[in-house]
Amino acid sequence: MYDLVVIGGGPAGLAAAVQAYREGLERVLILERDRELGGILNQCIHNGFGLHYFKEELTGPEYAQRFVEMLRDTRIEVRSDTMVLEITPDRRVHTVSRADGYRVLEAKAVILAMGCRERTRGAVAIPGTRPAGIFTAGTAQRYLNIEGYMVGRRVLILGSGDIGLIMARRMTLEGAKVLACVELMPYSGGLTRNIVQCLHDYDIPLYLSHTIVDIQGGRRVERAVVARVDEDRRPVPGTEMTFDCDTILLSVGLIPENELTRRAGIEIDRRTNGAVVYENMETSMPGVFACGNVVHVHDLVDFVTAEGQRAGAAAAAYVRKGARAGGSVTEVRAGGGVSYTVPQRIRMDAAGERTELFFRVNRVCGVSTVEVEADGNRIAGFPRERLAPGEMERITLPRQLLERAAGKDLTVSIKEAQT
Amino acid sequence: MLDVAIIGGGIVGAACAYELSRYRLSVAVLERENDVACGTTKANSAILHAGYDPPPGTLMARLNVEGVRLAEELCRKLDVPYRQCGSLVAAFSGEDAGLLRTLYSRGVENGVPGLSLLDAAQVRNLEPNLSPEVVGALYAPTAAIVNPWEYALALAETAVRNGVSLHLNAGVTAIRRCEGGFELDTAAGRFWARYVLNAAGLYSDEVHNMAAAPAFRIHPDRGEYYLLDKSEGERVSHVVFQCPTRAGKGTLVAPTVHGNLIVGPNNEPPRERDDTATTAGGLEEVMRLARKSVPSINFRESIRNFAGVRAAADGADDFIIAEAADTPGLIDIAGIKSPGLSAAPAIARMAAELLEGCGLRLVKKDFFIDTRRRVRFKELTCEEKARLTEENPAYGRVICRCETITEGEILDALRGPIPPCSVDGVKRRCNAGMGRCQGGFCGPRVFELLARERGLPPEEILQDRAGSYIITGKTKMGGAGLV
Repeated sequence: MYDLVVIGGGPAGLAAAVQAYREGLERVLILERDRELGGILNQCIHNGFGLHYFKEELTGPEYAQRFVEMLRDTRIEVRSDTMVLEITPDRRVHTVSRADGYRVLEAKAVILAMGCRERTRGAVAIPGTRPAGIFTAGTAQRYLNIEGYMVGRRVLILGSGDIGLIMARRMTLEGAKVLACVELMPYSGGLTRNIVQCLHDYDIPLYLSHTIVDIQGGRRVERAVVARVDEDRRPVPGTEMTFDCDTILLSVGLIPENELTRRAGIEIDRRTNGAVVYENMETSMPGVFACGNVVHVHDLVDFVTAEGQRAGAAAAAYVRKGARAGGSVTEVRAGGGVSYTVPQRIRMDAAGERTELFFRVNRVCGVSTVEVEADGNRIAGFPRERLAPGEMERITLPRQLLERAAGKDLTVSIKEAQT
Repeated sequence: MLDVAIIGGGIVGAACAYELSRYRLSVAVLERENDVACGTTKANSAILHAGYDPPPGTLMARLNVEGVRLAEELCRKLDVPYRQCGSLVAAFSGEDAGLLRTLYSRGVENGVPGLSLLDAAQVRNLEPNLSPEVVGALYAPTAAIVNPWEYALALAETAVRNGVSLHLNAGVTAIRRCEGGFELDTAAGRFWARYVLNAAGLYSDEVHNMAAAPAFRIHPDRGEYYLLDKSEGERVSHVVFQCPTRAGKGTLVAPTVHGNLIVGPNNEPPRERDDTATTAGGLEEVMRLARKSVPSINFRESIRNFAGVRAAADGADDFIIAEAADTPGLIDIAGIKSPGLSAAPAIARMAAELLEGCGLRLVKKDFFIDTRRRVRFKELTCEEKARLTEENPAYGRVICRCETITEGEILDALRGPIPPCSVDGVKRRCNAGMGRCQGGFCGPRVFELLARERGLPPEEILQDRAGSYIITGKTKMGGAGLV
């Protein structure tokens, strides 16, 4: 019987396991489906990781390695190349691997840290032929950075998510011609620093409010037709531009990978596509916690690490106590301008001195206030210079403020200053 | 000299190869693509129709009903995913309801078993997610869903195991009469055969015209589809059609044997013969039409869109299955539009009879392999999984996460009777890459296994058809120091 089984050995799972161990759990196991620990960080060979957490700039593999080294001083077990097939409500974890065959593990607590996957062409229904040469940006990144293969010579990028932007630069450095980055929305989906460092610095045009309306080519991509879209995101006839390209990279969103979660019967938030979590990252199933991109998609790994630590600490507390936290539950709702919040629920008994609330806005806002209301009464406001959907936001709620709102539901909304 | 050359390795060619492989004959399949089941067979509704649609007395009517009857046993023997889930034709108006009665009596005349007309309440009982506008339905219990490309693969593989030779990348470019038969030029060399079965699908008119005077013209129509994630797979439990219009059987909503939901098709003329492009307008039309039957479909769960081209023959309201009038020994199997997939095994039997009628002696082999099994790890019980992974650890490594496909299953596919040469070829054999991430995670792993097992340089690994290369070369470092 394990104290804790962590599913996923990316940044969230690593941080969670280390934290739980430090807080006294003896038997901790990390299950990783890939051959190595580190998750997607291993293919993110660019720098910019760790500015918040390590106060220095690391590459993805370096960031992962820091945590792998932390494991060395612990008795945390790792099984890589191992797939989890099922989690049951009594916290049995069914696994299969080449080395160990089929195993059913029992755990006092489970942490879900499976990360996310990329949205595909089928999800966004891009019309046209179906030739080779259409990759999600992350798959292309794996081919280049792990396998050592180039995936094309003339590249068009659809979507301005961070991986797409990073790949624009990476493909350029590898000698490919990146023709443009095309974004459906009137704003970028990625971080501003990536727009500057990956597109502007390489003179790669960014077409906002544009999309691909046709892919041509029988065997391999030959052309892509791009058009401007109106306010309803419908292509405007007569605005078509044709790009001769052999490759299209898609960076059109990430989806938390929650098939195991769903099958276990854990409540899922339709807005995040991740589990509904309490303030300590516990899911609707007692003793099962979740952290990182499997809960909601982050921009920065540093925040994934922090969330993993929160889950790890909470799992340790759960195992020590043998019961979940109680107390009155405050629901946190996404109000106007906000697309979701994490956590979605706060229990007073478990909330510490401060509760961090993460969220994303659903449109670009200038000078604004993040308003927090309890049953319609404003209890706090947090000023912001600018808000954008591409950047995750957080506010910190002190305990006394939550106590004042005790039992009432909280709503987080955006009030933009009149200009 | 071959006894029979079958031109085309789609469902019809594969079924004919399987049928003829029972007999002491030398048979070859000549396929222009790099794999079987690459044309219409891999892009259709994946439905076996019950058989109430075709006008009584047509070949379509007879072969559909017989084909569906044969399919059940065939799929069981050859381990092809098949489920007899039944179909409903939904009526939305009094006029539609009248049409249902016509379909009902037509079905009865065609010999379709078990048909019944349902009222609105009975329909709702069977399919609670159907639109409240549905006033009644024709229920056909013998309609089924099937994996069409595995169906064709299973038939072709079994034929190969029984001695049929399969030639891929062997598009026929010329056919000449010669002493005792035909001489066929192909991209893979010259063949001689006493008889030719023209099962060339979209190109069956061109093949016919190589040896005979023009008699028909293929004028295909194109249908676009959505495939939705398994989260939508239980939206309906029957194949749900709408009352047919002149344009065809209309847009259907159906579960797939893999647990997904399929929605489509519309009906548009393709720009070219093998134009399988989707269009924004077409996909929107499919969405709108499907919502008429099942308003609650969540199209945000779409994982793939595709279009298929159906090889209808100009002006012919029936399949064309006959010896060419001016060319004895050339048997056309053309104009195989819907219900071609349903009819395939019956078409093959008819083709064998026609060959016999032309003078080919059909003598059964003493030994005929008529079973096929493959490991489907996901479908095993915990105990079976444990036993299997102990016997062969390759079944313990999951490569495709979304569909839980193991390295062992991919190796089985790569070492099978018709080894694939592309990532999609692997997908068609074992479902790796068919799930919600569409091969994003497993693609590079399958790529690696393909290169290793087939001994191919990475630049030659294909996504699908010839020319669909995946990588363009090495990076500057070529992965050096990274591994």
